[in-house]
Amino acid sequence: MKLLVCVSKTPETTAKISFSDNNSTFNEAGVQFIMNPYDEWYALVRALELKEAAGGTVTIINVGPAANDTVIRKGLAIGADDAIRVDSEPKSALFVAKQIAEVAKAENYDAIFLGKETIDYNGSEVGAMLAELLDVPYISFGSHLEMNGNVATIARDIEGGVEVAEVETPFVVSSSKGMAEQRIPNMRGIMMAKRKPLKVVPAVECEDFATVVSYSMPAAKSEVKMLDPENMDELVRLLHEEAKVL
Amino acid sequence: MQANGKGNGLATHSKGAKEDRFQGHDYYNIDELLEDDHLLARDAVRTWVKQEVSPIIEDYANRAECPTHLFKGLAEIGAFGPSLPTKYGCGGMDEIAYGIIMQELERGDSGIRSMASVQGSLVMYPIYRFASEEQKMKYLPKLASGELIGCFGLTEPDHGSNPSGMVTNIKDDGDAYILNGAKMWITNSPVADLAVVWAKDEEGVIRGMVVETGTKGFTTPEIHGKWSLRASITGELVFEDVRVPKENVFPEIRGLKGPLSCLSKARYGIAWGAIGAAMDCYDSALRYSQERVQFGKPIGQFQLTQKKLAEMITEITKAQLLAWRLGTLANVGKATPAQISMAKRNNVHMALEIAREARQIHGGMGITNEYPVMRHMMNLETVLTYEGTHDIHLLITGMDVTGFNAFK
Repeated sequence: MKLLVCVSKTPETTAKISFSDNNSTFNEAGVQFIMNPYDEWYALVRALELKEAAGGTVTIINVGPAANDTVIRKGLAIGADDAIRVDSEPKSALFVAKQIAEVAKAENYDAIFLGKETIDYNGSEVGAMLAELLDVPYISFGSHLEMNGNVATIARDIEGGVEVAEVETPFVVSSSKGMAEQRIPNMRGIMMAKRKPLKVVPAVECEDFATVVSYSMPAAKSEVKMLDPENMDELVRLLHEEAKVL
Repeated sequence: MQANGKGNGLATHSKGAKEDRFQGHDYYNIDELLEDDHLLARDAVRTWVKQEVSPIIEDYANRAECPTHLFKGLAEIGAFGPSLPTKYGCGGMDEIAYGIIMQELERGDSGIRSMASVQGSLVMYPIYRFASEEQKMKYLPKLASGELIGCFGLTEPDHGSNPSGMVTNIKDDGDAYILNGAKMWITNSPVADLAVVWAKDEEGVIRGMVVETGTKGFTTPEIHGKWSLRASITGELVFEDVRVPKENVFPEIRGLKGPLSCLSKARYGIAWGAIGAAMDCYDSALRYSQERVQFGKPIGQFQLTQKKLAEMITEITKAQLLAWRLGTLANVGKATPAQISMAKRNNVHMALEIAREARQIHGGMGITNEYPVMRHMMNLETVLTYEGTHDIHLLITGMDVTGFNAFK
């Protein structure tokens, strides 16, 4: 099978978040970046498992600047065969989907994997846009995937249960928890990754339909109030008047 | 920005104690001096430690039991001999990568780092350096994969800082040597499959050899009652008329420079490893100082707490620079034994002092296993002494700068 895995770079989960340029730009200074865990732990690892079971290749693709190469190398260290980086800032979900579609059109992948969302912008948009641009089926939030010939059986968690779908290749699937287990790259993999091909291609034009005006932080959590366990009246009053849950 | 709702520094003490919330500290942007593979190696080992070591280490240390199941995991991530060539199943990485791996393992526990540094620096490295090609192919791939576990015998009950006084000896007996004597304080010995042993031949010259456990007359009794490195297994090597085939004796190397070159490798790793222990103590103390409230404010707002924390990160930063520079020298074969002595001595002492200060910041909680600090502190008492004591390393520096040997 010829598989493509889309990977994003996201801030590390404990990064301190701040904005600049009148709150319109995420301030990257001092922020540590990682591969988006949904892309790494689930999409990439499931693709590698399929390759290990049935043969084939796993290519990873990222839309981003040269600074993203560390994240890409990690994907190669975990086991991908080669990588493509579209050399441009990932301006929007549509921009990213368009870039990946341009590469994918020429390569005829059997399946394209990506995480269900990135842990920074939580958009869950690229997969659907990519499938639409390629005119192939899209299954979102896959938590289990089995291949039988050219037919994939994909389970996806839905409210209160599980939906199971069948889809023929080629398709796009976004991956959630359950799809696979995190793999830690070993030292040999890290060294081999240095020699695996990483092709850099230029971006294609893409119209922006929306621009970000501003970001804001969530309201700070209020302080915890400690009450004497005997003072039930005060607890009821606070729940009623301040928390407004009664 | 949180995938899992954790890590915002707002968790309560009881929750924080069980969850490994460690974050690296890089006050001088030393990461910019590192290559991608160094950063990837650090990330991989840190993740492995958080998954495999942190959840169990307090329990194993408390029970003074070695988590021997971790040998397999250490092998899988490539922590055994990472800087040896890939043709022997090793990583082919540089010395900085090796140092960073040791740092991250010791961030988890000095005992876990010891498991890896003995296997890599004291067993695989001498076999790689001194053994015949046949022996290399026989042992190194299996040591790298964890199929075989090794240990290293130099120190004797009566000869610690003065290894040249060793009494363990070999006598020629046709196709083999007959080995007699005893070695002490041997990490991994009770679980090892083989030992790299140093002994004097009939001319009194120190020779190195591989001795497989299970050979008649070779026993490895365990040493009990340690208050330090409790998650690492330590024992003796006792040889009573043990026949060692001549092909197991390293063909060329003679004298103390053989074992000392291995110790230089291990000490180099310890210079990095100690930074890991120090960072874990600092990281825990910093978080505790931001969460623990006394007199109506976090204790991190008090000047005496800030003094401790500021001095800690200053010392960690200096140690990081020392290790990084030593690593760049080691990568081109220019790190001298005396330079390694300086870094080992400085960084281990730095880590022990930080563990003590961090213990104070944690107050009473600092003496419990809810926090990693006291475990690190007790471990570091060993690290201060093994692989060349704190005092001997000082005298090595003294000899290097004055030209006078003060320990003979």
